[in-house]
Order: sequence, then C-alpha cells, then structure tokens
Amino acid sequence: MLIRKVLVPIFLLSSAILGFPAVTEAQENPYFVAYDHYLEEPGNLEVEYLSTFGTERGGNDFHSYWTEFEYGATAWWTTEFYLDGQTTFSDSTVLTGIRWENRFRPLRREHFINPILYVEYEHKNAADKILKEVEGHDVEADFLTPNAVARREMSNEVELKLILSGVHKGWNFTENTLAAKNLANSPWEFGYALAASRPLALEASAKQCSFCRQNFIAGLEMYGGLGDRHRFGFGDTSHYLAPVLGWNLPSGWMLRVSPGFGLNDNSHRFLLRWGLSREITGFGPMVSRLFRGRP
Amino acid sequence: MNVGAPCVFALLVAAGSVSTMRARQPGTSAGRQESKGESVYSEIGKAPEKARSKPNPLEKDPDAARAGRILFTQRCRECHGDDATGGKKGPSLRAPEIQNAQPGAVFWILTNGVVRKGMPVWSKLPEPERWQLVSYIKSLGTVPRSSPASSEPPAAKDSSSRPR
Repeated sequence: MLIRKVLVPIFLLSSAILGFPAVTEAQENPYFVAYDHYLEEPGNLEVEYLSTFGTERGGNDFHSYWTEFEYGATAWWTTEFYLDGQTTFSDSTVLTGIRWENRFRPLRREHFINPILYVEYEHKNAADKILKEVEGHDVEADFLTPNAVARREMSNEVELKLILSGVHKGWNFTENTLAAKNLANSPWEFGYALAASRPLALEASAKQCSFCRQNFIAGLEMYGGLGDRHRFGFGDTSHYLAPVLGWNLPSGWMLRVSPGFGLNDNSHRFLLRWGLSREITGFGPMVSRLFRGRP
Repeated sequence: MNVGAPCVFALLVAAGSVSTMRARQPGTSAGRQESKGESVYSEIGKAPEKARSKPNPLEKDPDAARAGRILFTQRCRECHGDDATGGKKGPSLRAPEIQNAQPGAVFWILTNGVVRKGMPVWSKLPEPERWQLVSYIKSLGTVPRSSPASSEPPAAKDSSSRPR
C-alpha cells in the first residue's frame, strides 16, 4: 500500500517527462527551500518532483511530495505551478493544495547582490506538510491533526519574498525574506531562508561525463519562521539546518538530496528531502506551434 | 479542492504562450530576429572598459574550447543554433560583432545576459566555464549572416589556430 502511494506518482511523472525528447542540463542549485536569483530560461519548462520524509514526535511520520511546473515566460519572469500532497503513515494520503508562484528580476545586469521579487498564491488545506517554507509560528505539533480533520480547513494565502542572491568565487549565497498573509483576516507572518552552495569543480571537463566533479553541487541551507506581526522573532517557531547535494546529469536529469535537522524543540527532528527534475527546452514554442497548427 | 486547479494551470499556460507567441508573430520572425540580433550586438558595445580588457585566463588551455563546445551544446545551442549561426531565439555568434569583440566583452555579455531581449544571465555557470564558452565561441570564426554553416556543432579548432 505504502509503496503504491509513494512510487505511483514518481512513476507517472517520470513517464511523462521521458516522453519529451528535447532536454537540457538543468544546472540548478540544489536548494529545497531557498531561492537564488536565476530564473528559468525563456520558453523552457522544468518539471520537478520533490519529496520530504519527516519524523513526528507524538504522532505519525509523514511523506509529503509536490510537483512543480516551472516555465520561463521571459528572461525576467518565471512562473510556476505546484501540486502538493502528503501521506501520513497509519493515516491516509491527501491532495493538500495548489500554488502559483511568480518570480521577477527587476534589474537588467548582474550585480554583487541581485534582488528577485517573488509573489505566490496558495490554495491549500491544513493537512499541507511539504514544508516548502517555514513561516510565522509553524511548529511540529501543527502536524498532529489527523488528515480527515485537517483537510477540511482550507486557506487562501498570498506569500511575498525578497530574494537577495549573488555569486562570489564560484559560491552562490542567497537570503530570502518571506511575508505571508492568510487572506482570512490573519496577521502577516514572516520567515527566512539562508543558503550557500558551490559546484565541486569550477571548470568543465573536455569530455562528456556523468561523474565529473563539476556535475555535483554541494551546499547548506537554513530556514525558519520569524513569528508574526504581533510577536516577531525567532521564538515559538521552528528552524532547520540542512546540507544539500545536487547531481546534474548530462542526460538532462537532476537529482538532489538533503537531510535536514531541527534546531529547536519546535522543529521536526529529522527531514529527508529528495527530488528529481528535468528541463524541457523549447516547450513554449512547441505549445505555440500546437495552437497555430504548424507542423 | 473546490477551486479549479485546471483554471490556474490554464492561466499559467496562456501567460506563457502569449509571451512566446509575441515573439513569433507573423512578420516578426526574420525581420525582428535581425533587429533583435542588432540590439544584442549593440549590447556588447556597452561592456565597460574594465570588463573588455579582461584577458581569457584559459586562452592557452588546449582543452578549454573542447569543454566549451560541450557547454555550448548543453546551454546555448537551443537559442543560437547547432552551428552558432543563429536560431529561432538567439542571434548568430559567428557574426563579426561577436567574433571581433574582445574576449572580455563576450564574457561580460555571458555574465550579464541581455535580459530585456530574452538572453538569460549565465552567471550561474562558474567563471572558468564561462571562459571555456568564450574560448569555444571565439574558435568558431566568422560566418556572414546570410550563409549558415553546417548543421552540426563545429568541432573546436586547435587552440593555436584560434582567432583572438
């Protein structure tokens, strides 16, 4: 049963992505929570499947997953659609929501620090466990509610982020500040994410290879909540530290993995994240051709 | 889920398609491609003196252009064409404006992109990889814009015969 719930979505997604012949190497940073300042190349679609296994003290462990469709509308605008779900062990599997995210690059040129503006709309239920961000007073105990109850509590949320990211000597450094508002008259909630990563080699090999060091990117991310408008700060919320590792394959696939560790008693003790992505080049023009009836 | 996920997805696809179609309207493909190329070429002239005068640190590395060729296939071919003479989205990299430009200027445009004209920022490639790309691009040589070369990515020339 469990295997079916976990593997079926992976299988379906993989089959769908494999159907597209035109792919390119993604060369993404391996972050799960933090964003850097790089947007999707115009016309390309990146399909990602990401998973989180989390432990739960006093309750059932869970496996949450989400699929992202990330499209480069222009060189300064990337738009992304998410589908989220989760399986709580000894409970049930539920679809937890959808997200629509947009990132904008306001500056034309590359600078030491590059700002990106992020706007997201979320329609989700309280059973959402993907931990794509930590905000407000999010704590481990929030996940104790049984799925049957939590899924009935729907929320519409707007999330804004200021992403500040730069590159120095091959290292990417990024800082994300988050402000989220449940549209049902809740206070603004805040959160943060910090991350750094670097390819294991900065020079490309003169031969095609899967295991060359430049195909691996390693780093670290830290994220957590900052309370809300009434009680701002690091207390009464959760924080995590997570090493990250990404592997860009010449075939166009990218694999990433990240064990995460809770930094206080409000946090899940352990999170294991992994993901698989593939970038499809020329997706936009392909759709355009379909609608215009060109061969 | 009572709110239509399909509606949101349709909006997403429509937004993307509109932006893509805008770039492919009738009467815009060839002519606008040319003018887009011109505007991208003019961008290279905006490289600051400090950036232009930067020498390619991998100039004497015989493997640089070969590695650059692999990078070109992975990152640039989609827009600039198999042989770098220009594609549906990107101008020719074998035009005199690029081939006669200083390596530092080509590196600068790779780093900064031409975001408003559709060329993304490539600073996500580490600096040595960007120089490898410069080595490859500069090894290709000039091709007049009206005569496309072969359909395969040209092999990197021997570094000794590479134009500087």
